[in-house]
Amino acid sequence: MAMNRRAFLRTSAISAAALSTLSLKSFSAFAAEDAINIASLYDNSGGLDIYGKPIVDALTFAVEELNSGGGLLGRPLNLIKYDTQSNMQLYAQYAQQAALKDRAAVVHAGITSASREVVRPVLDRYKTLYFYNNQYEGGVCDRNFFGTGVTPGQTVEKLVSHVTKKWGKKVYIVAADYNYGQIVTAWVKKYVEQAGGQSVGIEFFPLDVTNFGATISKIQEAKPDFVWSALVGGAHMSFYRQWKAAGMTGKLPIASTTFAGGNEHIVLSSEESNGILICQNYVQELATPQNQAFVERFHKRFGADYPYITELAMGAYQGMMLWAEGVRQAGTVERMAVIESLEKGISLELPSGKVSVDPATHHCVLDVHIAEVRDRRLEVIESFAQQGPSDTAAVCNLVKNPRDAKQYSIAL
Amino acid sequence: MPVDTRTLLPVLGCVMAAVLVAVLPQWLDLFTLLSLTIYLVMALLALSLAFIWGFGGILCFGQAAFFGLGAYAYAIGVLNIGDSTWPVVLAIAVPALVAAAMGYFMFYGGISDVYLGVITLAVTLILFNVMNSTSGSEYQIGSALLGGFNGIPAIPTLNVPFNPDHVLEPETLFQVIGATLILCYLGLCGLLASRFGKVVVAIRENEQRAGLLGYDTRLHKLIVFSLGGGIAGLAGCLFANWGAFVSPGVFGLAQSAQIIIWVIVGGRGTLFGPILACVGIQALMARLGEQQHVDSGFVLGLILLTFVMLLPRGLLPALSTLATRVVKRRPQATPAQERAL
Amino acid sequence: MDWAAIFSLQIVSAIATLVLLSIGLAVVFGMMKIINLAHGEFMMLGGYVAVLATHNLHVPIWISILVLAPLSVGLFGMLVERLLVRHLYGRMVDTMLATWGLSLALTGTATMLFGNTTVGISSPLPGISIGAYQTSGYGLFVIAVAVVVLLGMWALLRFTHFGLCARATMQNAKMAAALGANPGRIYSLTSGLGAALAGLGGAVLAPLTGVIPTLGASYIAKAFITVIGGGSAVITGTLTAASGFGLISQVVTFFSTPVFGEVALLLAAIVLIRVLPQGITGRFFRRAF
Repeated sequence: MAMNRRAFLRTSAISAAALSTLSLKSFSAFAAEDAINIASLYDNSGGLDIYGKPIVDALTFAVEELNSGGGLLGRPLNLIKYDTQSNMQLYAQYAQQAALKDRAAVVHAGITSASREVVRPVLDRYKTLYFYNNQYEGGVCDRNFFGTGVTPGQTVEKLVSHVTKKWGKKVYIVAADYNYGQIVTAWVKKYVEQAGGQSVGIEFFPLDVTNFGATISKIQEAKPDFVWSALVGGAHMSFYRQWKAAGMTGKLPIASTTFAGGNEHIVLSSEESNGILICQNYVQELATPQNQAFVERFHKRFGADYPYITELAMGAYQGMMLWAEGVRQAGTVERMAVIESLEKGISLELPSGKVSVDPATHHCVLDVHIAEVRDRRLEVIESFAQQGPSDTAAVCNLVKNPRDAKQYSIAL
Repeated sequence: MPVDTRTLLPVLGCVMAAVLVAVLPQWLDLFTLLSLTIYLVMALLALSLAFIWGFGGILCFGQAAFFGLGAYAYAIGVLNIGDSTWPVVLAIAVPALVAAAMGYFMFYGGISDVYLGVITLAVTLILFNVMNSTSGSEYQIGSALLGGFNGIPAIPTLNVPFNPDHVLEPETLFQVIGATLILCYLGLCGLLASRFGKVVVAIRENEQRAGLLGYDTRLHKLIVFSLGGGIAGLAGCLFANWGAFVSPGVFGLAQSAQIIIWVIVGGRGTLFGPILACVGIQALMARLGEQQHVDSGFVLGLILLTFVMLLPRGLLPALSTLATRVVKRRPQATPAQERAL
Repeated sequence: MDWAAIFSLQIVSAIATLVLLSIGLAVVFGMMKIINLAHGEFMMLGGYVAVLATHNLHVPIWISILVLAPLSVGLFGMLVERLLVRHLYGRMVDTMLATWGLSLALTGTATMLFGNTTVGISSPLPGISIGAYQTSGYGLFVIAVAVVVLLGMWALLRFTHFGLCARATMQNAKMAAALGANPGRIYSLTSGLGAALAGLGGAVLAPLTGVIPTLGASYIAKAFITVIGGGSAVITGTLTAASGFGLISQVVTFFSTPVFGEVALLLAAIVLIRVLPQGITGRFFRRAF
């Protein structure tokens, strides 16, 4: 094929550029020889990125705080951040990379339960410590795993009992259609029935659904006393928008344990979110001196106009601090030693309150607070101190069975 | 006697590749081996679309559908049967049959071009939506819970045929996957060099003319499409082995888009180009995820744009034209030289 | 009775939404026979313009939605046509792929610029009561906009000089050029129009669905399928396809879940294309536009 000079130059230039990208040096930050590697795998793009960014910021903040205090065991910490782009294949790939190539001392990873269950077997297999810092449906029983987020046994029961007293006993449940949504729905149903009520309707929506018009009509037809929302993700926020557009805000109250985890109360307007009751381990508005100091330091680092420090972000911060304490008490970053030192029941005073590791379940005993959304702030209404992971404890005992490594579904 | 480079080059290449596949596990560390494994699995997927689009002329927007079907078929099969031998067959057969059914529906209805793209797109979206909604515990096939958005975790790896206790190690898995890729590539090269292959290419060039010459165009396209579906299903099965999980994302629009991008960048009309492009782009995307400044989708979009605008024939044909020009120092005489390279 | 009223209102609203989603793509497909897969991202851009203008520049919400969004996205569309599409005329598949690349790049840019916590705009209209039921007053506005857009397009094509030249170019570009119309300019203006309609659609739907960088991906498949199903006539095709698909999807959604509604829409599309390979207006309403 005859090729003139222009085409030749163009082709070679592009081919050269294309081939050279294959030899891109790794972007991992160049770290000092004796640095301790820590890896984080979260979604910073794609549909789940509303949760990812505050979490990564909190981890960065935690590592910087630790480093400014001299690091751990005299060594600096190197946080390697991976953006999993809401793609499960990348979760698996980066988990392998963190374990085998970076030889991370600990991996903080996963937002949805789906991503956690992809990462956990990989880290188990390659013997790398795994911290999962999100609220989730409970039941993971694995000695290599530490969960620092709340589970339904800690929050759902409290919120259901509060709202059934306040609003009435008939509930309509709208939930995200994956195992977290399904399991939380089962819990809500159980606690509502225990309180003498009933669920008059349950609907599940996959994470990318934005069309809630028909549902809103069905809710009105069912005439519940309140709506329970276990909706997750950016697309599901349109439920609250369409709810307000239909004029339902104020006519029928909403309770949720997932709302606000993705800054919903900031992104939505006040008219769309006022009055919603949530129950979480942490809200930025907690009035303790330790939390106020933390928020001040955080804002100094990230700007006073930082949207909000979410519960998930605080979970990540707390997970990092607990691990650091485990390392200090063990005197080494070696995995089993840190696990054993954490299993002694390490306890810290952190911005959300006192956080303790429960040795039998590898989950945490946490304070929980019920808060109301008012003008883009979360006002605490009621607090419950030191709630243990009762749901996971019913199926999991790592002291008796240290070789356990699976997620149990908790019979309801 | 002049050596025919057209057949020699692929064969030599495959021999070299086979040697590499046998030897690499001893030289490389585990992580690089695992990364190469997934790249090779995706390369097999790219090969399937390269075959049906580059040579069959069928632009399938939903190749991910067959990929996903293969992955799920293997997962459900192995969780129910225990031994992985038959599930692998299932992983090839189910997508191939679905492709045959779709192909019958489309080709015998006279659908082509962009309308075919719409139907294949719709099918992959239907599969995605349906699999995404199977979260409850009532959705199971045998003893395998479908899992909805969460997918199916903890999928057992391939074992030595009919010997369920002897599960393959990552090193052996790499060799098996490498060998599969090489065999499929050689098989397709052979098929394309045969009479059947020549008819298929003739149909791609001008379907009406091929039909008027007496060939059954619809049957040929149907066979090509089913074969492509089966290979994609095999890639899906191997994917489920690499990651030990499968989730509805395998059916997603993003996955389908990636496959098309690999074929365009690598060279539509070649078999080897998309393999190269797939490995390169996958490696690039993984590297991009390690930094926070540039969004990886942005880079992917730019790559696609650049190639469609400036290098529409793809990387490999451009490179080979360059190489020929440099080596022979005179323009190639034959314009549409079809080489299954 | 109330229930039937709400039900019908929601069906019409679903149809109107589909119309707004697809009309921009239909204009470009009907005129230039190219598929612009960046259409979803044009809608996303329209949404962002509306949101940012309302919040950061304090422009009144109706002006941001109805004026600013279409105008800015329309100009961007003309730019894209000049830089990108112009070089690919006649190559339908290549245009699809190039615009797909553009769509990925635009989504990436939006993620980098706006990230994931952009404040949305809430619906500026109150809810309305039909008997004992509340429904979205904004839904009525969406229906009104869809009707105005369709009527406006019809009037444009039927009564203006530009419409005449556009219709001529649609039928036979070379002949129209021989008779003095300027195809290049027509294509440019049509791209701008298609993009403007996309931007309008995105802005109008923003209070209901919010604006996130990945918004385009959720719209493009439905718009693509509706346009191909409708065939090459711009107004009639879009209207008939949107009506059929909207009706089916909303009815199924009512009796089960939104997911089955989606699946029903996709199945209907498959059947339609199999039975009418050139789309609805390939067979019926041939002379319409």
